[in-house]
Amino acid sequence: MTQTRSRFLTVMLTLGLAFFYIPILLLVIYSFNNSKLVPVWGGWSTRWYQELFQSEEVWEAVLLSLQIAVVNATFATLLGTLAGLAMVRFGGFRGRTLFGGMLVAPLVMPEVITGLSLLVFFISLSELIGWPSQRGFTTITIAHITFSMAFVAVTVQARLTGMGQTLEEAAADLGAKPFKVLTAITIPRLTPALISGWLLAFTLSLDDLVIASFVTGPGSTTLPILIFSRIRLGLRPDINAMATIMIIAISICVAIAAILIFRQQQAELRDQQMAFKEEG
Amino acid sequence: MAAIDAFSDTPWLDPAGQKPLVQIKGLTKSFGAFTAIDNIDLDIYQGELFCLLGGSGCGKSTLLRMLAGFETPNGGEILIDGVDMAHVPAYERPTNMMFQSYALFPHMTVEKNIAFGLQQDGVGKSEIKDRVHDILTLVELQDYKKRKPQQLSGGQRQRVALARALVKQPKLLLLDEPLAALDKKLRKQTQFELANIQEQVGVTFIVVTHDQEEAMTLSTRMAVMDAGRFKQIGTPTEIYEFPDSRFVADFIGSANIFEGRVVEDSADHILVTTEACDVFIDHGQSVKIDSRIWVGLRPEKIRIEKSEAAASGPNQISGIVDDVGYLGETSIYKVKLESGQIVDVAAPNQMRPSSNSDRITWDDKVLLSWEPSNAMLLSS
Repeated sequence: MTQTRSRFLTVMLTLGLAFFYIPILLLVIYSFNNSKLVPVWGGWSTRWYQELFQSEEVWEAVLLSLQIAVVNATFATLLGTLAGLAMVRFGGFRGRTLFGGMLVAPLVMPEVITGLSLLVFFISLSELIGWPSQRGFTTITIAHITFSMAFVAVTVQARLTGMGQTLEEAAADLGAKPFKVLTAITIPRLTPALISGWLLAFTLSLDDLVIASFVTGPGSTTLPILIFSRIRLGLRPDINAMATIMIIAISICVAIAAILIFRQQQAELRDQQMAFKEEG
Repeated sequence: MAAIDAFSDTPWLDPAGQKPLVQIKGLTKSFGAFTAIDNIDLDIYQGELFCLLGGSGCGKSTLLRMLAGFETPNGGEILIDGVDMAHVPAYERPTNMMFQSYALFPHMTVEKNIAFGLQQDGVGKSEIKDRVHDILTLVELQDYKKRKPQQLSGGQRQRVALARALVKQPKLLLLDEPLAALDKKLRKQTQFELANIQEQVGVTFIVVTHDQEEAMTLSTRMAVMDAGRFKQIGTPTEIYEFPDSRFVADFIGSANIFEGRVVEDSADHILVTTEACDVFIDHGQSVKIDSRIWVGLRPEKIRIEKSEAAASGPNQISGIVDDVGYLGETSIYKVKLESGQIVDVAAPNQMRPSSNSDRITWDDKVLLSWEPSNAMLLSS
């Protein structure tokens, strides 16, 4: 009985994993396809990679997306952290519940609505005060910050709640003024949450198609917009190549993160052993 | 007498004319509908090691946190060295706190943890170095200054926390369950160390604890707390020997309690009659005749002997041994009285049970007796 059940589970697991990873594998293989038609195999080749690297349009889109992502992640982390601090460390200020609700609303708001409302907002603003005179980098970045800071705020809030207030009280007790407590204790303790919040905001921005399509303007094509517009005219092998490069880049990042986490665990284990020896 | 008092090492024993270091007046703190601290008054003097003793939720930690400035009282005031603390934030108070969890900064070395408070005061670099070195010597951790807190044992962390709180030479050191996280053996050893260090540095300590043995060992005076109020304040001896209520008698050590009625009240003694026996008390306390009262007897202050004879006269009860608990150094005898009440008696084991032919054992008839000064008068 146990035997059959475990076999059943193994099969289901295999199928599940296959469902996730075979498409990605196919995409990678077809990026090395020599044929111009994606579904037709024409032998191995790296010509689409060469074409990709020579395309100025692609490079511009990559650069724009990265710029937006970095600026967005930085501002979102800053604002999200402030919002998280206000929620957890400022006690029951007036309007706290409303603030908390408004803070997480972007998490559940359909992207289409967010994008549309921001577009309307930018247009009316430009008519009223003449800014933004045209849509592009600035408007996309602002739009991204508005929704990704909610993710950072939630991450920071969870970490702040989890780490408690004792260390901050201890610092205040030792004479540290509130700002000093923030810089010497709270921020260093928050660092893991800040890093993951930043990365989350970075990824969200890099990934966003819907909101960016609403608030972008002529000449500002982000990478997802570019991919989507090219795919509309049919599958293209150079897009496969670009996707493959992105997969490799992400894999490298994940591997580095895994190594760092592993090293940290090793260090913690060493500390524990050292402490245990002292108990002796 | 007053002139001598001014130089007294122990002002708390004769407070007349002495200026307390900490004055608490009518202090109240509630969280919503729950009253954590209920209108309390307390004076603590320079050089004291004052213990706040009570069960969980009695308000002892809340009181400590109000002294440190982490909680704002709803009413009353706290004066430290004559200064009202109402509008003084935690970071400007002349107090330092040792936290129950130690609250060492995990991203700093031992040395940096201890230096942190001095840096906030703008103390010069070389002076910081000297003072950190001195305090590490005091707690015997000179060789560990480059370690991170998580690389230390529990006992070492405890000493780092103490050093960090002491290095600023506060007027008042607040310790929240300072020994609770240590194992029993280390705790006993550390109790004495802590008292020694306090004597060396001369800083006034207020210690919160739920452990009565710890409070008895450490304190110059202690307060027994319950439901946000002080039940009794006094030296450990006063509290143990002369508890004034059933709660305190039962909370500190153990006590056999008899309910009775005062039948004689003269200058040198009182006589209380209870269901079990008459109790003659000669330690000078006075209670109105005919009033209802409780009498407490500590198990170790009762003599126990094998005897067929019935009790004759006050301060004697006869009974039958219902159970014997062998604890090594002492044995606890549970003696059943005629009334059905069980009385605990503790007696030292001066001989090994196996070589003691007339040791007291199960179902023996025994006679219990005690000195007239040993019974304690308790209010409800």
